[in-house]
Amino acid sequence: MSDTSIHAKAAEERGLVRFGRFLRDNPVIPLIFFLLLLILAHFYVVMPLRTGRTGVLSAFWVNNLIKFAIPLAMLAACQVLTMLTAGIDLSAGIVATIAAFVCATLTPLIGVPGAVAIAMACGLLVGLLNGFGVGVVRVHPLIMTLGTGLIATGCLQVYQRFVISTGTDVPAFLEWLGTGRTVGLPNGLFLFVPFALFILWLMRFTGFGRLLFALGSNEHAAKLSGVKSWQVFLALYALSGLIAALAGLLYLGMIRTPSLQLANPLLLPSVAAAVIGGTSIFGGRGSFAGAIVGALILRVIDTMLTLLQMPEGARIALFGLIILLVTALYVRITGSR
Amino acid sequence: MSVVRKNAWVLGLLVLLAVLLAVTKMIQPSFGATGLESLAKAALPFAFATAAMAIVVIVGGIDLSIASIMAVCGVTAAVLMQSMGAIPAVVLTLALGGVMGAINGGLIVVTKVPDIVVTLAMLFVWEGVALLILETPGGTVAPGLRSIINGSVIPFVPNALLVIALAVAVVWVPVRRSKLGLSIYAVGSDELAAFRSGVSVGWTKVAAYALAGVLAGMGGLSLIMLTGIGEPVPGPYLLASVAAVVLGGVVLGGGRGALLGPIIAVFILRIIRTILTLANVDPNVTTIVEGVVMVGVVMLGAVLTYRGRRT
Repeated sequence: MSDTSIHAKAAEERGLVRFGRFLRDNPVIPLIFFLLLLILAHFYVVMPLRTGRTGVLSAFWVNNLIKFAIPLAMLAACQVLTMLTAGIDLSAGIVATIAAFVCATLTPLIGVPGAVAIAMACGLLVGLLNGFGVGVVRVHPLIMTLGTGLIATGCLQVYQRFVISTGTDVPAFLEWLGTGRTVGLPNGLFLFVPFALFILWLMRFTGFGRLLFALGSNEHAAKLSGVKSWQVFLALYALSGLIAALAGLLYLGMIRTPSLQLANPLLLPSVAAAVIGGTSIFGGRGSFAGAIVGALILRVIDTMLTLLQMPEGARIALFGLIILLVTALYVRITGSR
Repeated sequence: MSVVRKNAWVLGLLVLLAVLLAVTKMIQPSFGATGLESLAKAALPFAFATAAMAIVVIVGGIDLSIASIMAVCGVTAAVLMQSMGAIPAVVLTLALGGVMGAINGGLIVVTKVPDIVVTLAMLFVWEGVALLILETPGGTVAPGLRSIINGSVIPFVPNALLVIALAVAVVWVPVRRSKLGLSIYAVGSDELAAFRSGVSVGWTKVAAYALAGVLAGMGGLSLIMLTGIGEPVPGPYLLASVAAVVLGGVVLGGGRGALLGPIIAVFILRIIRTILTLANVDPNVTTIVEGVVMVGVVMLGAVLTYRGRRT
């Protein structure tokens, strides 16, 4: 082998490594690229297959895409924040459901502000319980949040029998947030944009955000540096519960019929959105911007599968395969876990 | 004395189980062989799910798709039994369970994606497959198969309990005694050290997941034996199996524990439900209490291990 070809090869390799490192530092860029690719595939491959002609990117389509990605992205925020500390919040789905159900059933009884406050308080309560279990008692977050989710489901079922006769009512402003549109974009963005900015600010520019990263990277080192980890966990899971409750309220405005299963199907996709968005389930690395794009990607995939009129089973299965494929590709490209 | 110290956790669980049985007897003086039988039958799918989960936890992983694999195996067996005898259907179903488990393990090894993410994705995949096989509950179960878990051949030992004992003995004991069993524990306690000692980490993981798949297949079979119908929607076996595994003394993270403890733990968790039902507690409240107990148990376990580590 000649000298120059070795050099060329080395340069190429260095380029690849550098590219991989660049992607690892900016997981959002390949994700946005992938999202655009999916949207193109949707209009130029899937639509012609179904309707015989290429689709047109309409404001209505974009509106729908964003609208249904918002609650998913909010629940994904719970997962991103908890995953930063190597945790996970599997009670987020049921907390959202409870918040929606409590709010809808209490509105006719005690009015909108009271109902919303109690709904948020429910989220806070479950979150504090999670935080206590994870931070003080040191239970594995996966088990703790699964357990509180189970308890909360039981409580919801008992509660439901007391309010079954009172009827339900969805507060008008939630309906406005959930279903309304302003200049072609869903009103949910009025809630979501400040929310997303808050989370991004929290993660990047506050001491609390840095504590999350520190605890996730090396909990022992963080503790030796004087971090009171139980306080951080308590605050983290309480925040996660509040976010989940908020997402549930928004979702209630979107669906407009409360049920005992309302937001539960969003739980696993929210974990998927966070993982696709480049958040490591082992802690220490993650981005909420990535999770937002991840939520959009999942929504596009879901619309595609609906359009292809897949049977329910095939849709669920393909959904799982796609999550796996995306994560595997991501691990392969960036060489990180 | 060393036997006692070595098995202190399992012995403690046995004492707890005995106490709970005594409490049951106190609440319902007529609680006897039939009560035990229904308890063992109700615990059957939970026990298989827990045994499967225990193996993958020992190898250092976790399998979130166990309940979905059980659903796939249940509907497959129910569909197969419409056209063939019970025995070939059972064999095919167990093979299918093993293949599904091996696919889980293979994907984890090949993609290098964390276990929890892969099995989370596979949870969707297997759930979808179950719905593709059978969209609504249906299929048939051979009556001969259903009668296996009824009654008791040996007095006061329900057949369902024998089925669990036999299945675990056939699947796990030979493995535990072989090189593979040693490899499973080695990989679970330290993957790198196991690799440097010449253990094939990848194949060990695949084998452990495949074993778990076979046990989950048995769980699926036990489900349709209980209900007589194939049900494509996965049941609530994920949290229950994780809680039982932890309560049974298997450390999350791998390398320590066995199958006996978790299976005793399943009965402890089930008998709590029996006690509450006998005490005429609302079934929904029972769910809450059960959840609280599971979480409490796991918390207690966490406190104990944390204290143990600090001193």
